[in-house]
Amino acid sequence: MSTAAPTTGRPTETSAPSATGGRRRPSPLARLSSLSWTSLLYVAPALAFFGVFVLYPIGISVWYSFYAYDGLTVGTPVGWGNYTAVFTDGRLRAALLHSLVLLLFYAALPVCVGLLLAGAMSRIRVYGLTVFRAVLFLPQILSSVVVAVAWRNLLAADGPVNAVFRAVGLGRFATSWLGDFDTALPSIGLIGTWVEYGLCMVLFLSGIVTIDRSTYEAARLDGAGPVREFFAITLPALRPQISIALVLTVTFALRNFDLIWNTTRGGPGTTTTVPSLYVYQDAFQNRMLGRASALAIVLTLVILLVVVVVQLALREREGPRRRFTRPRTPDRKVQSS
Amino acid sequence: MRIARSESIATHTLLVLASVVAVFPLASIVVSSLHGVAGSSGGLTFDGYSTAWTQGRFGSALLSSALVSVTVVVVTVVLAALAGYALATMRVPGGKIIVALLLLGLVLPYEVTVLPLYELLTGWHLIDTYWALILPQIALSVPLGVLWMRSFFASVPVELMEAARIDGTSRLQSLRLVLLPIAGPALTTLGTVLFLFTWNEFLLALILVPDNPSVQTVPLALSFFSGAARSSDPAVTAAAAVLVALPVLLAYVFLQRRLISGLTEGAVK
Repeated sequence: MSTAAPTTGRPTETSAPSATGGRRRPSPLARLSSLSWTSLLYVAPALAFFGVFVLYPIGISVWYSFYAYDGLTVGTPVGWGNYTAVFTDGRLRAALLHSLVLLLFYAALPVCVGLLLAGAMSRIRVYGLTVFRAVLFLPQILSSVVVAVAWRNLLAADGPVNAVFRAVGLGRFATSWLGDFDTALPSIGLIGTWVEYGLCMVLFLSGIVTIDRSTYEAARLDGAGPVREFFAITLPALRPQISIALVLTVTFALRNFDLIWNTTRGGPGTTTTVPSLYVYQDAFQNRMLGRASALAIVLTLVILLVVVVVQLALREREGPRRRFTRPRTPDRKVQSS
Repeated sequence: MRIARSESIATHTLLVLASVVAVFPLASIVVSSLHGVAGSSGGLTFDGYSTAWTQGRFGSALLSSALVSVTVVVVTVVLAALAGYALATMRVPGGKIIVALLLLGLVLPYEVTVLPLYELLTGWHLIDTYWALILPQIALSVPLGVLWMRSFFASVPVELMEAARIDGTSRLQSLRLVLLPIAGPALTTLGTVLFLFTWNEFLLALILVPDNPSVQTVPLALSFFSGAARSSDPAVTAAAAVLVALPVLLAYVFLQRRLISGLTEGAVK
């Protein structure tokens, strides 16, 4: 993505006062006044909380990650030892691999399902849109513990899912989905898909309403079918929403502690372990505080990396005419001081 | 432009199907919670609920959750309004760094903070108290809150602020008298979103109040209860799960439009 680098050759884009008002910029009023030290009084209370309970702990985590430390005796410095362990320890590598599998189910699949539904809805007049939206969004608001309890019942050996399998004559596929070595990880993945697809769809719908209807009519006059229409108009226009959906779902997939803790606790065996599970266990059960910290730092860096990559890959490019969406200023542009 | 009627019907069918899938798990626990405890007469009963209420101490857990969530929301909204106001309308020294740190805070996994938090709060003798839940959750809500309020205040027409300044109001007065009266919807949406996040938070509760049932919140209570009750009656566990979901469901019924826009737009910003 070499074109994504800050555009030094086109200074007008970064330094021109933005008429469209980039969201992240302070209002023009702020630019007129001079630096205000008393303004820190307004920011201080929020920053104090953030500093003491978020930034300081992160600093400590970084510090611990270079020590072999059990929380009781004095730690010994081990350099990058904990970090190399994260990538060489077989169980931790397996956990990272499980996270990658879950990414497909938690992020890729919901985005595809969401796009399919939103694409279909863009072509017709939908009756009861508000109701559908509210219902599809429902999984997002439930506590993951509630989700876990509900799905444990559904997927149990004598649960409704197996009842459906038996009813349609596929009884031999019925199994204890979360307890079986082969099906546990995909089952958890599908729960994640269920949690996220409504969110993706609602996001995409909010993007579709900003598309100018006349582009669809023009495409149809030109004889474009539904598939062509989707790839030529809907998909490119939804780029910002896809980016947000991916950031949200990927972050959820990589963090993913609650759902696994309350369904399988990493089992059966170690078939559904994920990094955040080991962060908890190493820190609070195995007393390997340095190792747990290094793993948490790696997890954080991976999430940041993915977020940055997604944002760069899907940000709207200038240049080639794309008039299907309203112009937007890309996020986090080079700031002119 | 006309689209075939059959396509409209097909899409609506697809939507109904997707909606049924979305509701089914919740509906199934509601149904099994009403099926009554094993050995009872098979009709619809609320026995599961009364058993869960007494055995699982869900009354006390609901109270803890309400206390923690309301405190976190109120304090965060106040902090966020002040900081967001300054970051949007004044030239704050180091403002760009502050905003960058807050953006970082938005995607941060809690996992990286929990272990030092545990040690910090142990040192302060706050583990297993309400404070162990309230203080860190305010801090973790600050990034979303401040950035949310900042983008709201930045969207207020400059003329309004200038008029206030010409009238001789101080900065704090113009926040209180000019901006807050029109910030109602933004504040409500923020409050609802933060309430939802705080109510559902599980990992922090698991780590920071592990041994004191009287301050444990509902997700944790449900997790312990369903773990311990794995062999016992599914109707009771289901009833407990419904009890946990009920407050947010009620809030969702009344505030769903706000909540959806908050969760989706909050992400855009």
